[in-house]
Amino acid sequence: MPEKIKLAYLLAGGCAGCDMAVVDLSETLLDVLPHLDIVFWAPTVADVKYKDLEAMPDKSIDLGLVSGMIRLAEQEHMTRVMRRKCKALVALGACASLGGIPGMANMHTKKDIFDTAYFDTYSTDNPEGITPQTKCLVDGKYELTLPEFYENVRPISAVVEVDYFTGGCPPHHSFVGAALMAVLEGKLPPPGSWLTSGKAVCDVCSRNPGLKGQERELIKEVRRVVDGQPDQEKCLLQEGYICLGAVTQGDCNAQCPGVNIPCRGCGGPIPGVKDFGLRAVSAIAASMADEKLVDQIDCPAKLFYRYSLPSSILGGKLK
Amino acid sequence: MSDWKPNIIVFACNWCTYQGADLAGSLRYKYPSSINIVRVPCSGSIEAEYIVEALHKGADGVLVGGCHPGDCHYKEGNHKALRRFNLLHRLLVDMGVEPERVRLEWISGSEGKRFAQVMNEFDATIRKLGPSPNGRNGNA
Repeated sequence: MPEKIKLAYLLAGGCAGCDMAVVDLSETLLDVLPHLDIVFWAPTVADVKYKDLEAMPDKSIDLGLVSGMIRLAEQEHMTRVMRRKCKALVALGACASLGGIPGMANMHTKKDIFDTAYFDTYSTDNPEGITPQTKCLVDGKYELTLPEFYENVRPISAVVEVDYFTGGCPPHHSFVGAALMAVLEGKLPPPGSWLTSGKAVCDVCSRNPGLKGQERELIKEVRRVVDGQPDQEKCLLQEGYICLGAVTQGDCNAQCPGVNIPCRGCGGPIPGVKDFGLRAVSAIAASMADEKLVDQIDCPAKLFYRYSLPSSILGGKLK
Repeated sequence: MSDWKPNIIVFACNWCTYQGADLAGSLRYKYPSSINIVRVPCSGSIEAEYIVEALHKGADGVLVGGCHPGDCHYKEGNHKALRRFNLLHRLLVDMGVEPERVRLEWISGSEGKRFAQVMNEFDATIRKLGPSPNGRNGNA
């Protein structure tokens, strides 16, 4: 293992769930911490300011982790700063790598979002029609600024070159540990790759009929989790619960199917897949028994692109 | 805009639609030069990615041609194509792509005339829609 390495962590547009996944490493973190010198972790953990990171010499940090997507000008700026200061940059979690849950906002325009947030909801009282401005003058002398709210959500790879991608919402802490150890020990794939076991969720799922020596059957009806309780043993997809495990990276060890929840694809696409949603469409439609059944799948865009809309070929709804 | 010619990709199954295109040629049926045929083993081998990637890279319309139901050389490849197509169609509508830009047709090896008819029809549909927003002449 090398000497201490310098680590920087930026939370861009995410919810801090990925930060929690790193903290959740618990004992593994104890093994790793003596080798880490955390120079920046904002805005959640360390009391280091943006200007401190900006003042550090370029390429002075060994490893940078960025979680969260790019929605605001501030997030884009800080991600660019991270890229300049870090030798290796890792997109941590579904938002940074693919756009994540907030990426579904790309189905709506900025105007739609502002109208809902500042005017239309029942509990909103905004008679003067005030919306956030990038600049505002208070008392005629104090100029206050806010970062610009962009038209679209983007994964960080749309803004900077990313060395490694990891999926998960959040990534399972054991996987974060394995990824960190791989970086510390220098056991890394070529830059631009995903840090993954390469297996699909189905490969590691105990429900997979293929692993039990049974034949896979076609889907005969479409069900939703609200419709009843799935069988504890049988494959969720075969039972009709649309599960995207076949096209999702299985670094999570199939935890959701283990507790009766169909996979929604937060792990990111399995290697070789460029567009998660389209591959999911191909895979799910191919395993249906009848062409009419596909009409029973609710809102396909938000089901198949739940975590990956901004990184899809389509990018978002065409306006 | 007046000299705009659509760019249309046709994925034609080797056993039926491609043979239909061949027959259309032998019988001297005319169809527009905007049609670019890609010969594929089976309509069931066409994944959603191929269609969307074609649209993304500048096609104004994409047509998938397969054997009539029950006639698939690989037994049920065309049924798989239909299931995938139906689901992709709904996804594209959600995503704001004009659904008329993608089409699935069953054209057998003996339907040379029908092949030419469908191509003329599809070309007319695309000309009416105009350049795709993702296409070569669009703005995006």
